[in-house]
This record gives sequence, structure tokens and C-alpha cells, in this order.
Amino acid sequence: MPAADLLSSQGLRLDGRRPNELRRIRCKLGVFTQPDGSAYLEQGNTKVLAAVYGPHQASKSKMSTEAVVVNCQYSMATFSTGERKNRPRGDRKSQEMSMHLRQALTAAIKTEMYPRSQIDIYIEVLQADGGTYCASVNAASLALIDSGIPLRAYVTACSASLGRQSATHEPLVDVSHIEEAADGVCLTVASLPSTGSIALLEMSNRLHMDHFNIVLTRAMQGCRDIEVILDGAVRQHLAEGWTKQDVITI
Amino acid sequence: MWTTKTFLTKTKRGNILKIVREHYLRDDLLCGSAACNTCPHKDDELVLETSPDSPCALFDFPHYLVLDTNVVLHQIDVLEEDALTNVIILQTVLEEVKHQNTAVFQRLLDIISNKKRKFYSFVNEHHKDTYIERSPGEKQNDRNDRSIRKATSWYEYHLSINSLDGKFPKIILVTDDENNRKLAQEDGIICCSIKDYIENVSGFVGLVDKLSKNVMPETCSKDALYPAHLTPSQIHEGIRCGQLYQGTYHASRENFLEGNASVNGFEKSILLQGHIGINRAIDGDIVAIEIFPKEEWRKPSNIVLEDKTEDPENILEEETVLLDAAKPVDNDDEITPTGKVVGIIRRKWRQYCGILMPSKFHGATRHLFTPAEKRIPRVRIETRQSEILASQRILVALDSWPRNSRYPLGHLVRALGPIGDKDAENEVILLEHDVPHARFSEAVLNCLPPNDWTIPEEERQKRVDLRDVCVCSVDPPGCTDIDDALHARRLGSSDGLATYEVGVHIADVTYFVKPDTALDKEAASRSTTVYLVDRRIDMVPELLSSNLCSLRGGEERLAFSCVWEMDENANVLSTKFHKSIIKSKAAMTYEEAQIAIDDSSRKDEIAKSLRVLNKLAKKLKKKRLDSGALLLASPEIRFQVDSETHDPIEVQAKKIVDTNSMVEEFMLLANTSVAQKILEEFPQCAMLRRHPAPPPANFDTFLKAARQQGFEIDVSTNKSFSKSLNEAVIPERPFFNTLLRIMATRCMQQAAYFVSGSLAADHYYHYGLACPIYTHFTSPIRRYADVVVHRLLAASVAGAGPHAALLDARRQAALADTLNYRHRHAQLAGRASVALNTHILFKNRVEIESAVVLAVKRNALQVLIPKYGLEGPLYLPSEKFTYNEEEHVQKCGDVVLKTFDELTVRLSLDSSNLQHRKLVFELVEPHVPGFSYVPDAGNMEVDDVADTAAPSSEKTHKKREIPAAAAPKPSKKRKSRRK
Repeated sequence: MPAADLLSSQGLRLDGRRPNELRRIRCKLGVFTQPDGSAYLEQGNTKVLAAVYGPHQASKSKMSTEAVVVNCQYSMATFSTGERKNRPRGDRKSQEMSMHLRQALTAAIKTEMYPRSQIDIYIEVLQADGGTYCASVNAASLALIDSGIPLRAYVTACSASLGRQSATHEPLVDVSHIEEAADGVCLTVASLPSTGSIALLEMSNRLHMDHFNIVLTRAMQGCRDIEVILDGAVRQHLAEGWTKQDVITI
Repeated sequence: MWTTKTFLTKTKRGNILKIVREHYLRDDLLCGSAACNTCPHKDDELVLETSPDSPCALFDFPHYLVLDTNVVLHQIDVLEEDALTNVIILQTVLEEVKHQNTAVFQRLLDIISNKKRKFYSFVNEHHKDTYIERSPGEKQNDRNDRSIRKATSWYEYHLSINSLDGKFPKIILVTDDENNRKLAQEDGIICCSIKDYIENVSGFVGLVDKLSKNVMPETCSKDALYPAHLTPSQIHEGIRCGQLYQGTYHASRENFLEGNASVNGFEKSILLQGHIGINRAIDGDIVAIEIFPKEEWRKPSNIVLEDKTEDPENILEEETVLLDAAKPVDNDDEITPTGKVVGIIRRKWRQYCGILMPSKFHGATRHLFTPAEKRIPRVRIETRQSEILASQRILVALDSWPRNSRYPLGHLVRALGPIGDKDAENEVILLEHDVPHARFSEAVLNCLPPNDWTIPEEERQKRVDLRDVCVCSVDPPGCTDIDDALHARRLGSSDGLATYEVGVHIADVTYFVKPDTALDKEAASRSTTVYLVDRRIDMVPELLSSNLCSLRGGEERLAFSCVWEMDENANVLSTKFHKSIIKSKAAMTYEEAQIAIDDSSRKDEIAKSLRVLNKLAKKLKKKRLDSGALLLASPEIRFQVDSETHDPIEVQAKKIVDTNSMVEEFMLLANTSVAQKILEEFPQCAMLRRHPAPPPANFDTFLKAARQQGFEIDVSTNKSFSKSLNEAVIPERPFFNTLLRIMATRCMQQAAYFVSGSLAADHYYHYGLACPIYTHFTSPIRRYADVVVHRLLAASVAGAGPHAALLDARRQAALADTLNYRHRHAQLAGRASVALNTHILFKNRVEIESAVVLAVKRNALQVLIPKYGLEGPLYLPSEKFTYNEEEHVQKCGDVVLKTFDELTVRLSLDSSNLQHRKLVFELVEPHVPGFSYVPDAGNMEVDDVADTAAPSSEKTHKKREIPAAAAPKPSKKRKSRRK
């Protein structure tokens, strides 16, 4: 249900955004030298690092003869939330996140290219301010591109909620922590915007059927907007001389 | 598109937590002024005029106003006048107001949304040029003030750079904060206080009267009458370490120097006495209380005391009367914890109706205002229109209560009309009970179907056609909003018992009132139709309530039907619900229906079906009573109203015939059936009604009184209670049993709406009806709860998906709270209206009537006149009567007065106090020498009374005749049907 007070009477959200505006996204590819691909992404105050290793030979137990095995590990730094976290990884929430990340990323990777191999993706949340899943998917997407693993398309994720301005319902894109905590609904979508397919759809809280479509549409639009930003970042990264690093190592 | 600067805001909570929030600053926010040509305004976004005329004599140039937070908070009444236009409300102000007072915030939003007022809300907090960061060590308030000044000077600059000819509106900052004004002047901002500004506005009479006289209440230590209140942090600290307690203050109706506060953790509420003990708390306030040590505990004084002083300047009078009466007595079980108010946590002030007290000096501007509600103290107001207002009912808002003032300070909001004028008096009743009674807005009326609406074809397809079934309605005479109709017919037999089909058909209001329309919202906020004696305040517009939804005889109407199959012992064999179309064969009154049943020569279908219904109803009732339902009573009267003046001419007790209870039984059955169905379908969000069992302590005085009459009432369960009530009969006093039931009713808790998910299943019980689960389904025209239930039921039977809000348990729970609040106030308003009319009835009349004692107080008896259902105090002088506290009896010589005693009293109206005109009861029988009224001398005195009442009543008489014709036709509905 739409929580009250998410939209002011002037139509601005709590942090001054309009309902259809994303938070500021800043990102950088190739932040580490050790992994095969890496990226850093900020979505407002949510800050995420992603590192990709592989493809390399898979361990015997996991190996598949048909496709590459994608292995994800999501972890949140102990200092990432307002109150200090005790377990950075391995708790229920992190495990669930890892599984969801794997689902979304597997959908983007051309898995059939590397049978009997394995790709490891490590995600570390440095600061959490809502939408950590979205930021993780987006960062991982960049890291995969940085590593040169063939993808079907960009995979991006975005969340959306529902606010109320006087009588009309207005979907809100890219939900921040205060908006999440306001006990409204939060719909998270991971999609491949260029193909229009949805890789993952998750919703917290109950939302009436009547409102579902507008919220989903807004979230999908958010995914497309993010894709444009990521694409710009990749192109800039390449234009800046992706060779720089390689030149040094050669 | 947008600038992306992030800023960090730190907030601290209980344990220090660093919260970092984003704060986006924008460059696309508009200034809203027509004088600006840089902002890309669309036409409808231009709020402020290019060159507004200055209303104020101080400033002879065009200008806009920027208001400070304290101006909005305190002077909202002034702002609501049309005087000020072209005002800029900054977001800083808006947020501070919202944080401090939601009611004022809502009113401010209403002003902003009114296009004519030209109020523009500017989002300065998110504008890239007006946002400022809090500097280290700066207080939040100072930052906000600075932010307001910043925005003001930005506006000035913004408008000046865009003007080509050097003409642009100036900006004036209106603030009452001296410090802020000084700093603003240093920045080169024109500023002034609201008082200076308003006093120089010409053309608006009475605007100055509305200025709030806000004084910092704790700063006036000179000549202080009251001890200072503790600061919020002291209170917080005190409550935390258990020295202070938080409670809601309730002033006593009878004694203006006494009140109590309900505090968690104390079984009895805390007694507060005297000016110092109450220390400026006003009824409803949330206060901090210090509780005295046990030896200083007292008991409620149990005397009736009124503030009689004639405008004393600021002196507190002697309180010895009160304190003497309350001297502690050893081993008294009535001793209650006593304490004093040491601070106010939150004021719960609203606007109060009342009248001005006549002033001693001609032309004085300071006046005392007496509220109609006895629990509110008098208020000191300033007005220059006292001559006009003296004969008017007025509405006053409270501003502050400084330590050196005996009374709180307030200001005039508006005049309601002449005292004694029926419309003005009704307005007072409606305002005092917070009943929304404005005309339906355009938006609401636009939701209505056309006047000549007929049932469309596609509805006929969807609904069950019951037009050929013999359906009829039974209601009180003069009822125009008929929301239920019945039918019954013989089906056949099973197991040797005859079976019947019985249907209850309820007006299908939800067909017309679609969710989330303006009509629906209005109905939800009204929640119920309010019945005054001569006026009905409808929940839905008249077209629906008296025509399209009303199940009138001979017309095709949409209905929601609940149809049972029953055997002749009234056992329900099956139940079904469906929407239908019916055509009522007859709309009857209770008496007509009764005659049709009794007249054995009538063999038509209607009479037959009524007889079946009546027979089954009796069986249903018996079953219900056997399971423990209570039969309670309350004195109900009907006024016969003069058709011309709408003045009451006679009173009679309501007549109850068999058919009343016949309709009632089937409505109860329908309500319970529906409750079961919707709970089954929506376990989390079904709207139900519960009636909690009263706590045993409620019965104490009742049981004592019954014991004095020789009856032992068992109140352990509703079944035993009902049984012992039935047995408590005195053959020679037929009214005694009814009286007992009236008193029992007063021991009961209020029934309330709730949402099923919010309580455990064992709390669903309805004590009065002895019914495990109950709801309201049968009166959707006059109750909003029924509308909700209709929607739930429609969703569960027709498979039409439920509307979104219907499943929102939180919203439903909030709605249930509103419904309860409105419902209670509607009842109180109805009673107040009855009291008003009783007073009018007794204006020139004196009667001697028999009465019964309901309660014995220290200096009075509470008596009830059964004939009129009137209740009031009969004062007993303490020099003649002695009060026995143990037994609750008053003695004088050999005359002993106790509860349930029958008396004869003389009734007359005391109009000496216009505000509280009250009925005076005087004892006639039993005779007490020197006190009782002797009827023989009566004739003279009757004239006397009539004479003294004449001056005021004559005046009001003349005035009444003019507007009375405009009042809508009265329609009394049964209200007692369900508790």
C-alpha cells in the first residue's frame, strides 16, 4: 500500500527528487588489478564493489558439461549500515541475495560458451542506503563487461515504490532507504532492457493488482535509464584508454 | 535535468547513530511570480500577481509576504481570512508547521490549494540558491530562521534582476521574532510583525480581533498566580525516572476546580484539585503529574461548584469550600491518588463555542468568554465589536495561558449567529461535537447519477430479479431514508417442519458510492448521518439518501439481499447473499404493520408475509435472550414539532410495538450472518463491531443501589445478568424494572468498530447481543461502516476483486477509529439537540411531575423524569440534609432519600444564565418543611418565572421566525435499534 508522506504537496520526494528520477549514479570500471574484471558503483549513498574471477576450471562437484557455473557471493561490510553488522556474509539475507544475484547474472551471461568452467562474482557493499540489490546487479554487470565475458545484453536492476500525492498514486523509481523504511511496497526488477526481458522480479509487502502495472512500468523505465548511464560509463572507460593498465603490465 | 550535489545530514537517535541522507538541490524549481520572466512557468503555475495592491497602510508599494513559522502557527485564523494574498510559504516553514501542529498544517494546505488566495509554496530547501547548511554549533531553529532570511533575500534579488523597468514587487518578511527581525534588517530585508501589519490593513472588519495573543506562558513571572510549568526536558527526565506521570486531563463537569487524569498503571484516575493542582491544564490536554504522598490523598469532593465570579481581575479566590469537602477520612475506600499538574506535554486545544460575558465597562475591549462546554474555563479575549457580539454565539480559539492571568487568552474566530436562534444553536451543537456539516461540495455532487436515473440494462443482467417477490419495508413514521426491506414466503417442509424463505434487502449504496471518489471520501469523513431533533445532517447527498437508495414503495431499486432458508423454529438452514433488484410492495410504519398483522380479516400477501416474519422474529428473540443477550433501556422521547416554527410543542416517550422488534431481529440476524461471511473471506481486514464486557468495577454503585431495594443482581456473565434483571420486579412499581435497565445501560462499555486483524478472536464478542461476532450491514445510507461491509461482502460473493484500500489493514484500522469517533459524537450531538429542544419546550412552562432518583451526590440528587426522559440535579442544602457516604443516602429528619426512590418534583427553566440555560428541579414530595416546594403557592410563581424569562425570550422569539422555514424537514429515525 502506498505509504503516506513519500511525496510532498509540491510533488518532490523526501530527498528532493521527482518521482521519475534516479539517484545520482557514479561508476568506475577496472578498479582492481588482481581480478579479471572489477567495478565500483555508487547509487546515491549506496556504494558497491564488484569483482569477477574467471572463467576458470570448475571444481569437480559443481562442474556442468552444458554451461558455465556462475558463483556469486554477496557480502555487506560491517560498517555499511547505520548500526554495525555482526556478520558480513553467510547470514540468511546475504545468502538469499547471492542466489538472486546469480539468477539475474546467469540470465545475462552467455553461459553456453564455457562448459566445464566457473565464473566467480564477489560483491561487497560498502555503504547501504536502500536498493543494495539493484546497485549490486549494476556493479556486477559492469565488472562482467570489464572482464570481457560475453553477455547477451546489459543486465540492470531498479526498484520502484508507490507514493501518493493528494488523491493520485504516483510510482517512485529507485527507492532509497528512508522510502524503503516507510513501510511502503518495494518492487525490485532485474532486466535485460535491450531485449525487454525480466531476469528477476521481487516484491516486499503487498501491492494491489490495480497499481502493480504502473509500478512495474516505472521500474522497467528505471532499468532502461540505468542501462544508458552504464553504457555511457563503459564507452568512456574504453575511450579513456583501456590499454593504460595493460600497457603498464605488458 | 538536475544538479546532483549530495549533502550529509547528521541526526542523533537514542544511541548515537550517524544517519546520512541525500539531499538533492535543483535548478528547475519555480518562483511562482508573474513578475518573473526567467523561470519557465506554465500558465497555471503563476500564483503571485505581477503588481499586487498593498492592503496595508504601512507599505504603499506592491509586495509579497514571506511568513515565519510562528506567524503561521499562531495566526492561522487571520490567514484564513481573505485579507492577505500574495504570500510565499517556504518549505522550511511548511515542514516546521507540519512537525509542530498537524491541524494547523492541514489548514495551511487548504489555504495554499485555494487558488483565489494566491499563496505559493516555494521549495527553498531543495533550491540550489536558497539551501543553506547548518553551521557547527548553530541551533536548528536559528538555521531555519537563517534559511527563511536567505530565501527572502533571494526572492528580492531574483525578481529585481529580471525586471526591465525597475518595477518589481518587494518582499516583506513577517515575523514575531524580534531577534530574527533585527538580523533581517541587517541583511537589508524589509520586515515587520504580524500585529503591526494586520492593524494597518484596512477594509477587513474584525480582522484585528482574530489576532492571536500569544505570550510565552512561562516568562510572565511577575504577579504570577500559577506555579511555572516544568520544561519539556525536565518532564522527560521526571517521567523516565518515575517521579512524574503522564496522563490525559479530564476536567469535571460539575466542579470547575476539580478534575482527574487517567494514568497508566493506576487503577483509579489521579485526582487534581484547585487552581494550583490543575495549573492551567484544560480538558483533554496531556499533562505531566506529580503524585502526592499517600497521606495527602483525598477523595473527590462530590460537590457541584460553578465559576460564579463576576470578571475578577487576576485573583484566585478562596478554595476552602472545595478543600474542606475533600478532607481525608480514615479507612475510606473512595480515597483516590491525588496529585498536581506540573507541566503540559501536549495541548489539545480546539475552537470553542460560547458567548461573551456582559462587560462592566461600556466600550471596553477586554472581555470574558464563557464556553458552552462546562469543562472549559472562561477565556479572555479582546474585541472591539462587543456590542454586536454580546447577543451572538461566537467561536473562539485559545492562544496561551500565561502565569499571571487567571484565565487563558484567546481570540475570536467568528460569530455563529444570535443567541437563541435555532440555526445558531444547532451550529453550536454541530461544532461542539465536531460534526462535518458543510454543504456537499461541487466535486461530491458531480459524482451523483442524474435525477432521472433508472436501472441500466447491464445491471439487470447481473442481478437477481426479485421484483415479483412481496417485499415491504417497515420504518418509523416520516422516514425518508429507507435502507431495509423484508420478505418471507413459505417454501415447503422438511423433517415435518415447515420451511420458509426469509429475505432482508438492504439499499445498495455502494453501487452509487464508488471507492475513492470525492463522494466516497466525503461520506467516509462524515461517517454517519446525524439526527438532530429538527434537522438531519446526511452522510450522502439527499438524491441518494431519500430517493435513489431509499427503498420506497412501488419503485424499482437496487438492493443487496441476504436470503435465508429457515424452518418454523427459526433455525437457519442455509444462507445466501446476492445483489438484486426489488420493488417494494409497501413502505409501512411500525403501526401500520402492526395493524396489518393484528387484523385477521386481511388475507393479502403482505399481511401473510408479515405474520410469518413476526412469528419467526419472536422465536429468534427468545433464542437470543436465552443465550444471554441483554435487554437494556434508555429513556427515549419524541418531540412533536410545530410545523411552522419547528419549535417543539409536546414530548412523548417513544412507543414500542411488536413490529419494532420484528425488524430488529432480522437486522441482527442479517448483521451476524454477514459478519461470519466477511470474516471467513477476509480474516485480516473485515470491519466488525464488538462490545467488550464491562469491568466489574463499573457495577459497584449500581449493585449497591439495587441492594438497597432488596435485589441482588448477578453481573458475572451477561446471561446471569440478564436473568437477574428479569427477576428484579416490584409488582406495584412497573417502572422500576425499566429504571434498573436504564441504570444498567450506564454501566456498559461503548461498542466499537474494529478491523478483524487488529484483535485476537476472543475479543470479537458482542456482550450486549451475546453474539460471538457482529457487524453493521443494514444501514448503508446512514452509516459508513455498512458501506465498507457491503464492499467486503460484494467482493466475497460476486468475485468482483476487492478495491485496493479495502485490504489495507492499516488504513481500515484508521477508518474504524474515525467511525467510532464520529459515531460517538453523532450520538452526543443528538442528545444535545434533545436537551436544547427540551429547554425550548419549558421556556414558558412549569410542571409538576413524578421523578425517580438515579444517584445520590453530596449536595444533590440526580433525578430522572420518566415522562420526558429528562435528567438533572436536584440540589439539597447541606444545612438541612446530611449525607451518609457509606450508604449513599441523604437524610433530613425522618425523610431519607436514596437511589430508586420515587419523588414528585417541580420543573422550570432557569434562563438567568443564557449560556447554560438549565432546568431547575425542586422537590415537592416527600415533603421537607422549609425546603420542599408547596404547590398551592404555585400560580403566582408560575407567572413570576414567565416574567423573568420574558425579556430574553421575546427577543429570540422574533428572530427565530425568519430562518426557521429554511430548515429541512425533520426525519427521526430509529436510533435505539442497535447498541
